[in-house]
Amino acid sequence: MKRRDFVGLSGLAAGALFLPSFPSLGGNLVTPEQLLIPAADVALKKRLADAALNAAKSAGASYADVRIGRSLNQGIFTREKQVQNIASTESYGAGVRVLANGTWGFAATNTVSEAGLAKAAQLAVQIAKANSKVQKEQVKLAPVKGHGEVSWKTPIQQNAFEVPIAQKVDLLLGANAKAMDNGASFVNSSLFQVNEQKYFASTDGSYIDQDIHRIWPTFSVTAIDRASGKFRSRQALSAPMGMGYEYLTPKAADKVAGPAGSDLVGYKNSYDILEDATAATKQVKQKLTAKSVTPGKYDLVLDPHHLGLTIHESVGHPTELDRVLGYEANYAGTSFATLEWRAKKQPYGSKLVNIVADKQQANSLGAVGFDDEGVKTKKWDLIKDGMLIDYQKIRDQAAMVGQNESDGCCYAQSWADVQFQRMPNVSLQPGKTKLSVDDMVKGVDKGIYIAGHGSFSIDQQRYNSQFGGQVFYEINKGKITGMLEDVAYQTNTLEFWNSCAAICDESDYRFSGFFNDGKGQPSQSSAVSHGSSTTRFNGVNVINTARKIG
Amino acid sequence: MAILSKEEAQAILTKVLSYSKADECEVTLNGTTGGNVRSARNAISTAGAVDNVSLAVESRFGKRSGVATCNEFDEATLRRCVQRAEEIARLAPESPEYVPFLGAQKYMAPSPAAFVAATANITPDYRAQQTAASMKLCEQKKLSSAGFLNDEAGFIAKRNSKGLEAYQQLTNLEYSVTVRTPDGTGSGYATADYNDASKFDAARLTQIAADKASASVGAKAIEPGKYTVILEPAALVANTDASLLAALMNALDARNADEGRSFLSKKGGGNKKGEKLFDERVTIYSDPLNAEIPTLTFSGDGRPQQKMTWIEKGVVKNLYTSRFWAQKSGVPDIPRPSGWIMEGGTQSVQDMIKGTEKGILVTRLWYIRPVDPQTLLYTGLTRDGTFYIENGKIKHPVKNFRFNESPIIMLNNLEAIGKPQRVGGNLVPPLKIRDFTFTSLSDAV
Repeated sequence: MKRRDFVGLSGLAAGALFLPSFPSLGGNLVTPEQLLIPAADVALKKRLADAALNAAKSAGASYADVRIGRSLNQGIFTREKQVQNIASTESYGAGVRVLANGTWGFAATNTVSEAGLAKAAQLAVQIAKANSKVQKEQVKLAPVKGHGEVSWKTPIQQNAFEVPIAQKVDLLLGANAKAMDNGASFVNSSLFQVNEQKYFASTDGSYIDQDIHRIWPTFSVTAIDRASGKFRSRQALSAPMGMGYEYLTPKAADKVAGPAGSDLVGYKNSYDILEDATAATKQVKQKLTAKSVTPGKYDLVLDPHHLGLTIHESVGHPTELDRVLGYEANYAGTSFATLEWRAKKQPYGSKLVNIVADKQQANSLGAVGFDDEGVKTKKWDLIKDGMLIDYQKIRDQAAMVGQNESDGCCYAQSWADVQFQRMPNVSLQPGKTKLSVDDMVKGVDKGIYIAGHGSFSIDQQRYNSQFGGQVFYEINKGKITGMLEDVAYQTNTLEFWNSCAAICDESDYRFSGFFNDGKGQPSQSSAVSHGSSTTRFNGVNVINTARKIG
Repeated sequence: MAILSKEEAQAILTKVLSYSKADECEVTLNGTTGGNVRSARNAISTAGAVDNVSLAVESRFGKRSGVATCNEFDEATLRRCVQRAEEIARLAPESPEYVPFLGAQKYMAPSPAAFVAATANITPDYRAQQTAASMKLCEQKKLSSAGFLNDEAGFIAKRNSKGLEAYQQLTNLEYSVTVRTPDGTGSGYATADYNDASKFDAARLTQIAADKASASVGAKAIEPGKYTVILEPAALVANTDASLLAALMNALDARNADEGRSFLSKKGGGNKKGEKLFDERVTIYSDPLNAEIPTLTFSGDGRPQQKMTWIEKGVVKNLYTSRFWAQKSGVPDIPRPSGWIMEGGTQSVQDMIKGTEKGILVTRLWYIRPVDPQTLLYTGLTRDGTFYIENGKIKHPVKNFRFNESPIIMLNNLEAIGKPQRVGGNLVPPLKIRDFTFTSLSDAV
């Protein structure tokens, strides 16, 4: 069994019939030491890539690209005093995408040899030619100039795979100990680390070698009141980041105090897991006895860790051009922000709302030098002064909206999957005038401060959403007066962004993010960050989520 | 190579076990072959195929365990895979939840309907033809279809150093289609899944979605609030998303209940097994030999899957558990089922509409997420066909709603149960529920 043929879009989901009894992060489970073996030599990868490109051209492709990918993952999972699992995985192979008769074809193989790649390229051309018989419109690619031989690397300070597992386990068990010592009933913690070694080459004349790193430490602390039967959890306020292990070395300059009276700490480019586990335990115990919210209209003050999820759902997804055009109709859905809607020039948000897409932002999950079809990444405006001005596009979409430039946001979760349009980092720009969180809270008469991601749900066109959070504080006459529970806000995307009344300045700016944003059928996962400063939204509808059962 | 016979698979596993130097070793081989076609805007957007066999080796030294996997089967690779599992195991910490591997087990013979040659032999042409039939129907009606067809045939084989030996083949085909009117004011959906592809007809399902799309144009807004609803099976279980009934089944874990972090946890400790928590017409069981949803007769860790009652006449009868938790808490060692059956009646959705004075018919619920694990409160929205019923007839389409509802509350507000249909590998009846809580309107179509 040398060969693994993927004709077109392959399915990791296709293994869904049989889930083995151990967790897998994709790829083969290997020893941690194998994650330290260097990537293949660039000269070798160029030879392999040329074999694929030449085979594609000889078979009749007008365009071809090849991605030789090595994906390394490690997950460490613990609960209380014990390690539950340590999984190291490696996946190595190549995907070839071609245009023949104006139609896409794709094939992938884990036989990484000149013959293996050439065979995959020939198969991709065969598929493209077969599919072209039922194709009505030819694919039009936005032009890209070849970049020659270039490279890009996530500017990490410490490769997480080089840190001994024992050290990483000690850190997680240390966080668990902080939680248990402070009175938690249970705690789970985990650390995910990713290294994507990607080599891209195309018939446009690009040979791009990239080394991409991501890290995500997280935990969940649970407190139970056995007498009442009530239980509550508080998740970590860490963000997954496009960084190395240095994210786990706390620096005082990266800590941002929450509003007076809240005892919250937010984290920028380094994270103090021990401090957060201690705070989480204190807060989760308070949650057990916190006042249940009175439903009604409140002014919401949303911390960046929380707001990132709302940005993701209500701006990130509706401005994906494939959703706008109907390509995701059967799964993720379409978008209210159609070309016709944009032409009406209705405000998406208040004039304070400036939202940028950015594939270059330092320390972000989406940062790369070039996307998965060889386009140099960039930063561009999606919403300017409250108006929607652009979408997220890749090479075969630009012409559909009368443009001739890709935005450089094409991505495939692995060599075995075909690349398609994925969300870049989508971030709310900080306020231009100086404003601290405390000053923001002082101006709120009746409000709620929300930190952390909670429950989230939004419709298939991205109008109606409901969001919870990790911790909620009541604001009364400009002061935090105590913790609330059972809070969720329900809103309409346009009403919500038009109610944006104030944004803290850039000193409060930090990331929230997601390691596993799903899209496509079979579903592919991608990682994306969302930056913002604490922001105020006026008059938002808050519901009470408490129910009585049995 | 993807579908190995029992003899071929066990020969590889026996060879791999012979390389083991560990105290205990368990090897699992699974293979899948299949393909998919995705379409949107009445055109094929991507088409794919997968063919892969993967081996997992779990080695144990005392209470230390390591797992390695590979998908090449030459002798050197197999030996290296075993060595890696042993290296990982030697370095692993001792597991306080260690339980020895199972010895030889007796499994029920799988249903002959579990693996169907018609599904295993699907060709790219078949997928293209089914998809083309769906697109053609929509083109003729000036509608736009987006669909996804995925089929797979697979096998799983296990063997360990304690004498356990297991093997089974399965097939599955699933299809979903969303049909929209060109102006985006109407949308309909249909989905189905089968072990036997000869039962599949994309055009028939597309017709249902197309009818719903046309009928949902001109939706009127009605006030959110508590309504009697008829939830079609696809509104109760989804194969692409979380869902209300799957959320309930996912919560039947004994350990979470015993630890105090489940709706099944009892005040003061213990769990609610044996308590009546739902309407007495609610009975849910699993049966790996059910002719409509035949599945594996063993679990991922090699435990036998047998017919098992989870909820009977509203009473929680059994909870599933890990082998460790079963031993620690002295309760029956019951694996989680791979599919389940909610008992129903004989009424079709149409019959249920006829018997409804005022209510709302819901085709599908979407973006369902947990709000409060304490009460199993979930939120989400209606999608792709929501209609107002008056005096036994569909009166007009209505705008979509957001709901906030718990399956526990829902299954206490039961008005009627219809005839079960297969969805997502389960058998689920349409349910008529009173006082279902819609909390806001959505403009989404």
